[in-house]
Formats: sequence, structure tokens, C-alpha cells
Amino acid sequence: MLRVDRIRVCYDDIPALHEVSFEIEEGQIVSIVGSNGAGKSTILKTISGLLHPVAGQIEFAGTRIDRSPPYEIVRMGIAHVPEGRRIFSRLSVVENLYLGAYTRKSDEEKAETLEQIFRLFPILEERRNQRAGTLSGGEQQMLAIARALMSRPKLLMLDEPSLGLMPILVSKVFDTLKQIHEEGITILLVEQNVREALELADRAYVLMTGNIVLQGTGEELLETDLVRQAYLGM
Amino acid sequence: MLSQLLISGFLMGLIFSLVAVGLTLIWGVVEIVNFAHGAFLMLGMYATYWLYRLLSIDPLFALPICTILLFFVGIVTYRLMIRRVLTAPMVAQIFSTFGLMVFLENMAHFLWSSDYRLIKEPLVHGRLEVFGLFISKPQLVAAAGAMVATGLVYWFVTRTQTGRALQATAEDKEAAALMGINSDRMFALAWGIGGACAGAAGVLLANFYFIFPKVGDIFNLTAFVVVALGGFGSIPGAFIAGIIIGLVQVLGGHLVAPAFKSVIVFIIYLVVVIARPQGLFGKF
Ligand SMILES: Nc1ncnc2c1ncn2[C@@H]1O[C@H](COP(=O)(O)OP(=O)(O)O)[C@@H](O)[C@H]1O
Ligand SMILES: [Mg+2]
Repeated sequence: MLRVDRIRVCYDDIPALHEVSFEIEEGQIVSIVGSNGAGKSTILKTISGLLHPVAGQIEFAGTRIDRSPPYEIVRMGIAHVPEGRRIFSRLSVVENLYLGAYTRKSDEEKAETLEQIFRLFPILEERRNQRAGTLSGGEQQMLAIARALMSRPKLLMLDEPSLGLMPILVSKVFDTLKQIHEEGITILLVEQNVREALELADRAYVLMTGNIVLQGTGEELLETDLVRQAYLGM
Repeated sequence: MLSQLLISGFLMGLIFSLVAVGLTLIWGVVEIVNFAHGAFLMLGMYATYWLYRLLSIDPLFALPICTILLFFVGIVTYRLMIRRVLTAPMVAQIFSTFGLMVFLENMAHFLWSSDYRLIKEPLVHGRLEVFGLFISKPQLVAAAGAMVATGLVYWFVTRTQTGRALQATAEDKEAAALMGINSDRMFALAWGIGGACAGAAGVLLANFYFIFPKVGDIFNLTAFVVVALGGFGSIPGAFIAGIIIGLVQVLGGHLVAPAFKSVIVFIIYLVVVIARPQGLFGKF
């Protein structure tokens, strides 16, 4: 479904990703784990078109997308929940959600998706007319995910959704991801929360300073010395 | 006498509001200060004047024409110039819109001379007497028009999907892009609406105000103060602050001395910038 082929991405000529390749098959949950500054966010930003690689290419559903602007990529079915939620704080919850469906035409279909989303996140329906900035951290994360789902993506990418949340909320977020996955949405998850991310993943990659150093199924990676020592402290 | 002044200050304030709404919208979305904003207003005034002189179109009917015209002036300014300096240092951005102001003023001077012009017999003229107070009809119409225009912009920004996309872009360009919002289009739209506000204000003013190449300067400066007072990027803020500044100007001019009315406005500006840099309101 998504093929990232030897991409190199720089900020002002300084490479943040050297030669990163990985693939995602339809229906999978793929996790990329790595510590702060490894280049996880850079990967997602490059896929969603906020950044463009200086070398290599990205294909989605058979089409090259590494030169396309974000609004075309959203339209093709990739949604990106950015790090730090980035909800529109001065707009209401429901206004945020409708902006998530910005690329879609039919009002009826949008309203239908909204109902599905309220079933998945009842708290958002309760708070529908509240300013998004007044929500708690966990609620804001739910809103950020819900907003991305409003575009009816084929591939949902999440950048550290558990960041800054209390443990109980972290497991809630991961449960939600499972539910979303069961609805048939392919997921690319980027996390520092290594254990949960690997437990959830069909396929996983370890990223270190802009290079993928390890790959395998989530279970396989949980058994490796590198992961156990460097990320799980065992 | 005092209530007479208050009324005229209030009416003028509503026009200040409209001018400032355009400026604050451009700043809020694109984060560039449009120093040519007053020059856009001046173009709106001249467009009205020439439609009146050459085609006998009354300013009232020129309103939609000139507003649309200045909408496109805003868009073209964005497309040809602003887009190229979006990622440039602030100084380059300042020079570009400042340069545009100088260019437009000199162009007006060259094409239409520095003569002060006035639309002599507009459809709306004369004055009303209400409870012993005299209200100039053109000023009343201008103020009402400005208020309606400000309301329309506010309605558009807060109640339509495109308007919310503008707000989203203003708050977080990158997150807005991830929603599939084309920020380039939003920037162009903000410049278009900004230009249209200045243009509409120009038409409304042309009914009773002298028209000359540098007429925009006065409104430019006032608009900056209004935007600072109302909070950079805030439409309701610009609306309220415009009225406040309109009132302060006439009162200051009356109580101290006419020559001091700009000084008082600038004292307010300094106090706001130092004491409450975010202005009276937040964005939008
Ligand atoms: N906007 C930026 N400008 C310059 N360097 C950046 C920028 N964003 C990230 N970097 C650098 O790129 C590297 C990877 O960053 P990032 O992708 O954010 O890592 P992660 O998400 O894994 O924490 C880091 O060294 C970081 O300092
Ligand atoms: Mg990151």
C-alpha cells in the first residue's frame, strides 16, 4: 500500500533521514520506534507532504507522492495526526472535526462519518460545542485522532499519540487504535512508548539517528537485545 | 457640542474598524504587515472618483464594483509579490509592502496629480437633524456600510467552512495543511478580503472625504493602532478598537487641541504595546 524507498530528508542541508526504506501492507499496523530526535516525525511529515525527500521516493497505492503537496495526499487517503495534537484551539470540537473532512464534498456523508466518530468517542459528542482549547490533554488527543478520521483515510499515521498522557489514558489510546484498525484502516504508528507500540504492531522498525537499524514483527523485536536494553531497560 | 462630537467620532470609528479588519485579517492569516493597506484604500477612493467623473456612476453603486476590484488587487499583490517573500526575513517583507505603498502613492501622483479631489454631488448628501444633533448623511451611510461589511467578514470567517479554514491556517498552518487545506489559497483569500475591506472603506469615504494620493497614510496609521489595540488578528477586537479610536480622536482633538489628536492616538498605541501587547482580544 505504502512503499518508502531509500528516502533522504534534510533540514537546511543537514540530513535527518539518511536512507530510510520500509513498506506497509494494507490492513497492517506498522510501528516505528526510536528515541527523541531519531527522525520519526520527519518520516511522517515526509509521507504527508509537509517535507520532500532530496533522494528516494514514496509510493502510495501505486502512485508516486513524494512531490505532492499535503492537500493532494490527504485526498488520496492518508491522514496524519501530528505530534502534540495540534488541534485548532479557538474552534469548537465540531468545527475541528468538520475541518478534518475539508477535502470531502458530500455534507450527508460527512454527517454520517461524524456520527460514527461520536460512537467511537462519546466524550467528543458531549463536548461538541466546547472550544477545543478547553479540553483535557486526553480529550485533545481523541479529538486529534477523530479529526484525522473525518477524512475517511485508508492509512492513518499517528505521531506519538501517547505523549504526555497518564498511563490509564495511554492504554485507552492504544485500545482506540485497535478499534480503528478493526474497522479496516491501515495504521502507521510512531512511538517512543516502545513496549505498547511493538505489542500492537504486525510489523515494526527501529529508527536510530535517521537510519532503520532493525526490523521484524513486533514480537520479534521485543525479543531482541537491542530493544530490550536500549528501550525497555532490561 | 459634545454629543455632536461623539456621534461623528463613532461614525468615523466604524470606518476605522473596517479598514483595520482587513489589516488584521492579513496579519492573522499570513503574518505579514501590509503597509500598502492605506494605499489600497486610496485606490478604492480614486476608482470611485473616476467611475463618478467618467461614467457618472454614483459612489453608492460603485461600492460593489470597487470592492471586487480591490479584492483582486489584494489577490494579485499576493500572487506577484507576497508569495515570493513568505519565507524571507521580516525586513524583506516589510520592505516589500512598504515599497508597494510608495509605488502606489507615486503612481497615483503621476497619473492623477496631487490635486485634492472631491465628489461634488453624490446621491447621498446633506445632513439629518436628530434631537437637535446634525448628522452628515454620507457619513452615516459610510458608517452603516462599514458596519455591515465588517459583519459580513466576521460572518464569513466564523460561519463558513472556508472561513474556518482561514482561521485554522491562522492558528497553525502546518496542521491546517494536514486537513487538506491549501494554505497558498488561504493566503490569497486573506489578501483578497483584506484588499476588499480597504477598497470598500475607500468607496464609503469617497462620498465625503477629500481624495489625494497620500490620503491612505492617515488611515494606515490609524489602522495599525486599531489592530494593536484590538489584538493582532482579532476581528471583534478591530471592530471595538476602531470605535474607541474614533471616539478618542474627536474627544482628544476637542479637549486638547486638534493638532494633538494623532498624538493621543499614538500614546494609546504605546501604552497598549507596552502594557498589553496581545491587545484587548485574542485572535478572531
Ligand atoms: N524544523 C527543523 N529544523 C531543523 N532541524 C530539525 C527540524 N525538525 C527536526 N529537526 C532535526 O531532525 C532530527 C529528527 O527530528 P524528528 O524527526 O523530529 O525526530 P523525532 O520525531 O524522532 O523525535 C533531529 O535531529 C532534529 O533536531
Ligand atoms: Mg517527533
